[in-house]
Amino acid sequence: MDPSELKKERIVRRAAQELRDGFYVNLGIGMPTLVANHIPPGMDVILQSENGVLGVGPYPEKGREDADLINAGKETITVLPGASFFSSADSFAMVRGGHVDLTILGGMEVDQEGNLANWMIPGKMVKGMGGAMDLVAGAKRVVVTMLHTSKDGTSKVLRKCALPLTGRKVVNTIITDLAVLEVTPRGLRLLERAPGVTVDEILQATEAELLVDEVVEMPV
Amino acid sequence: MNKVVRDAREALERASIRDGATIVLGGFGLTGLPENLIVALRDSGVKDLTCVSNNAGVDDWGLGLLLQTRQIRKMVSSYVGENQTFERQFLSGELEVELVPQGTLAERIRAGGAGIGGFFTPTGVGTVVAEGKESRMIGGREYVLEAPIRGDFAFVKAWKGDRLGNLVYRMSARNFNPVAATAGNVTLAEVEHLVEPGEIDPDHVITPGIFIDFIFQGTYGPKRIEKRTNRPAGGAGA
Repeated sequence: MDPSELKKERIVRRAAQELRDGFYVNLGIGMPTLVANHIPPGMDVILQSENGVLGVGPYPEKGREDADLINAGKETITVLPGASFFSSADSFAMVRGGHVDLTILGGMEVDQEGNLANWMIPGKMVKGMGGAMDLVAGAKRVVVTMLHTSKDGTSKVLRKCALPLTGRKVVNTIITDLAVLEVTPRGLRLLERAPGVTVDEILQATEAELLVDEVVEMPV
Repeated sequence: MNKVVRDAREALERASIRDGATIVLGGFGLTGLPENLIVALRDSGVKDLTCVSNNAGVDDWGLGLLLQTRQIRKMVSSYVGENQTFERQFLSGELEVELVPQGTLAERIRAGGAGIGGFFTPTGVGTVVAEGKESRMIGGREYVLEAPIRGDFAFVKAWKGDRLGNLVYRMSARNFNPVAATAGNVTLAEVEHLVEPGEIDPDHVITPGIFIDFIFQGTYGPKRIEKRTNRPAGGAGA
């Protein structure tokens, strides 16, 4: 595995530790989707996909794909026993109505107030917000997974997001390749550091102000 | 009562589709897309359309077909990342675009179909989506007012339908179709299997026939898959 894959693998493994037995969970497109590979054995977690599926299962075996059965990332999937299908309106009643226990999403920028930007770069990238704005507004807990810095080393954990927001004061926890951070009423708290990474290195790689007292090593 | 028409072309003729129309479409990605109607719409040449659809298709399928022929003036969508024609026309200002959060889009269409004059949602508060809209504190939380969407026409795709317009969908091909079906002044349904009334158990009907004006059995090739993903041989996968 190359270094950037290793970093992502670490983030995904740590994000999986946010899952709890009995949770209904919506996983965002990309890295968050991979969290499904790390659901601890014996733990019941039901995955919701906002295009209208509860009970998302593994990807299909080769030759068993069904064009009518996809996830929100438009990937072919399967469903587990006890799954259900529903309309987009019902799907977002689940999301906005506070019935989804946890959503794990990717991020472009987060800031110390819990603001998240992950849908648009003005003049450059126009893909749209999809269901992300509804998810951050409605899920009981919002976890953001992302690399701590961009390729040139610029911090993506900021004092104030510069990109257009996906949601205001919506993030609970940020999991990066360097650290786990918690948004608290007093500010952004450094909870965990990645193995082999010092608190100083995290502070240097972070534009946001961090509250630092007890920092444990990320259990991955 | 006869809602059955021969094909998509006849459905568009009978519905008197016209330039400048607003059309609400079901579908998510390429799944559950009213594809016969979209192709017939392209062939009809009607233009200056406003299309309300979660996605914009891909370059050579779905609404991408109508973007290539520049029949669409405005798109109302939540996610358009899979279509380069779209991105090019949007960035050059050729195409007007309203990006709407997916849940807000579904609920606006639902409201339009259900005769609701708008609703307050927490989605988008503090973002560009809420700019210029009325907001209100309800139970200590901020909400933003969103308007209903109704189409001159709605296009839906179902798995099975009877001659009275009762529809059943298949798996995640349901998506926006049941809400879209309610939100057209004239609603056109294409189905994979057209059956006689009574062949669908009333308990299983998802879209009751009252919402459907015209229905036909479409013709379908192998269904397209946008992202074919498989589990590794012998292992699990996301």
